[in-house]
Amino acid sequence: MSENNAWKKFQSFVVNTQVWRAIFRTGIPTTPRQRMMVVLNGVFLHLHPVRLPKHAVKVKYTWCMGGLSFFVFLVLTITGILLMFYYRPTVEYAYGDIIDLREQVPLGIMREIHRWGAHLMVITVWLHMFRVFMTGSYKPPREFNWAVGVILLVLTMLMSFTGYLLPWDQLAIWAITVGSNMAGATPFVGTGGPGSSLLAIGDVNFVTSTSDAKFAMLGGRFVGEAALLRFYVLHCIGLPFVMMIFMIVHFWRVRKDGGISGPT
Amino acid sequence: MIEAIKAFINKFTNPQILFPLLAVVYVFVFPINKFFLRINERLGIYKLWTNAGGALMIGTLFSFFCFGMTDANFRKIVTKPDNVPIVGLLFLVVFFLWFAMKQAYENDARIAAGKRPNEAEDAKEKILVWPDLVYIELIALILCSVLLLVWAMSLHAPIEEPANPSVSPNPSKAPWYFLGLQEMLVYFDPWLAGVVFPTVILLGLMSIPFIDNNTKGSGYYTFKDRQMAVSMFMFLWLVLWIFLISVGTFLRGPNWNFFGPFEYWDSHKLAALTNINLSEYVYMIWMKRELPTNILLREMWGFLVLGIYFGLMPLLFAKTFLKNVFKNLGPLRYSVFVILLLLTLSLPIKMLLRWAFNVKYIIAIPEFFFNI
Repeated sequence: MSENNAWKKFQSFVVNTQVWRAIFRTGIPTTPRQRMMVVLNGVFLHLHPVRLPKHAVKVKYTWCMGGLSFFVFLVLTITGILLMFYYRPTVEYAYGDIIDLREQVPLGIMREIHRWGAHLMVITVWLHMFRVFMTGSYKPPREFNWAVGVILLVLTMLMSFTGYLLPWDQLAIWAITVGSNMAGATPFVGTGGPGSSLLAIGDVNFVTSTSDAKFAMLGGRFVGEAALLRFYVLHCIGLPFVMMIFMIVHFWRVRKDGGISGPT
Repeated sequence: MIEAIKAFINKFTNPQILFPLLAVVYVFVFPINKFFLRINERLGIYKLWTNAGGALMIGTLFSFFCFGMTDANFRKIVTKPDNVPIVGLLFLVVFFLWFAMKQAYENDARIAAGKRPNEAEDAKEKILVWPDLVYIELIALILCSVLLLVWAMSLHAPIEEPANPSVSPNPSKAPWYFLGLQEMLVYFDPWLAGVVFPTVILLGLMSIPFIDNNTKGSGYYTFKDRQMAVSMFMFLWLVLWIFLISVGTFLRGPNWNFFGPFEYWDSHKLAALTNINLSEYVYMIWMKRELPTNILLREMWGFLVLGIYFGLMPLLFAKTFLKNVFKNLGPLRYSVFVILLLLTLSLPIKMLLRWAFNVKYIIAIPEFFFNI
């Protein structure tokens, strides 16, 4: 009993210090008022509303998949930043750096977490879409947010696709070769696509193997040095940047469209 | 005995057999209208969405993988590091499918009894985000982190030989989530399978909320309130998405030939196939004459078929079995819907044409890379 008392005293001392109160405005949330304030005052918890209907927090309704997708995205960001310390996106160094990540770097499972996390994120995003469909949550007023979600789904797969090239092994370049060959078959703007030969004046073709969609994607006619740099920049900066913007809109609209869906 | 079972499964999993079978099973499991719903109820298929049904489905899948792991060829493909997540995906999809449909049927029963869905019952009570939601999130984060850490520690990320542009592996596969598209390459040219269809899939997904104007079934699991929407989505999601990815991952070997799950990936396996274009069928086989040199004359039959498919069929459907849909959606929504539907169905149709009649292209104008 006395031990418990001492702990209580210590606790109340800590939460009343100037430092603690400077950081946590509300103190330890024990009363309903404090519990509301802690969500309202915090920048991160402020993503949430203060109160929710009970069905909205049940795992059997949400499957947690949207939240987990966001969480895995954060894990991927953190591990990705760590990987960038070691990885150089050049044909000369890329493969060796990946080997070193396992062999030389302490706690060498960052790449594993990053790769499996990427697969996991694709899966959680798909299951999130599945859940949203099954609960009819795309129906008015949430039509637009469903479309934003579809864009985020594409961006997730593009993130994963651009990352696939970076280890610069056989698996990587041939998977990207298969993917980029499709770009070369785009109607009108790919050399192997229908209609590209129509875009010509006399004998001068506008769409050639050095000016088509595949070339724009790879920065060359084949998966090489330029493609590696392009995919690296897109993977680390370009696509995450776009994705952040769509995520902000997605989360904002969840709140503005009336919070998580529910029976009316 | 075991060898016989394996040989049977190898034959049976061939997409030519499995895909039509799945399509037939699908019609009864996810009845699209009242007629199929009655059959579903009479056969008791809806019992899949009870606890026993869920255990049966997961159990079957689990025992199949357990049985498969005793086979060296099966083990080799399934335990390839990048294929492990897809095995996980299969279990997750079956589980969540059951989980969603079970709740849907429970709610349907409540609604039929004049009660409100379970979610509405729960929603009467309001709870505070702190601590009730924050704790659930914390637990979910911890579980997810544990999963990732254990996964990362027990399975190395794949790394193969250094990139070598002069040695292409056989088969060359795209990342697993694109293998459904790569599987479509068997039936359609890259400009369709790799560019047009993905674009249509995305636009089609985005247009779902604007096509589906059924106001019921928003914010709770239900099947009967939106039977048609759910059933159609299941075909896209389970058959055309998950199944095709599984085929592309597990059953496509060297030269993109089909290999059963217990079959050795022999790069010398021959799949002799002479595929014939529609124009060759018409002129050379039916009319017994040379192909005309004029491209338009040669391919007019293909254009005619596509014209009928995309021009006449929507009108025909609007008058017949989609009469009610047309009435509900109005002309604009209906047009978008029916074109998307026909584009979706074009994949299974092309598959069947290929398997049954070795049809290569409906329209073949290789001069302009315009092959359909």
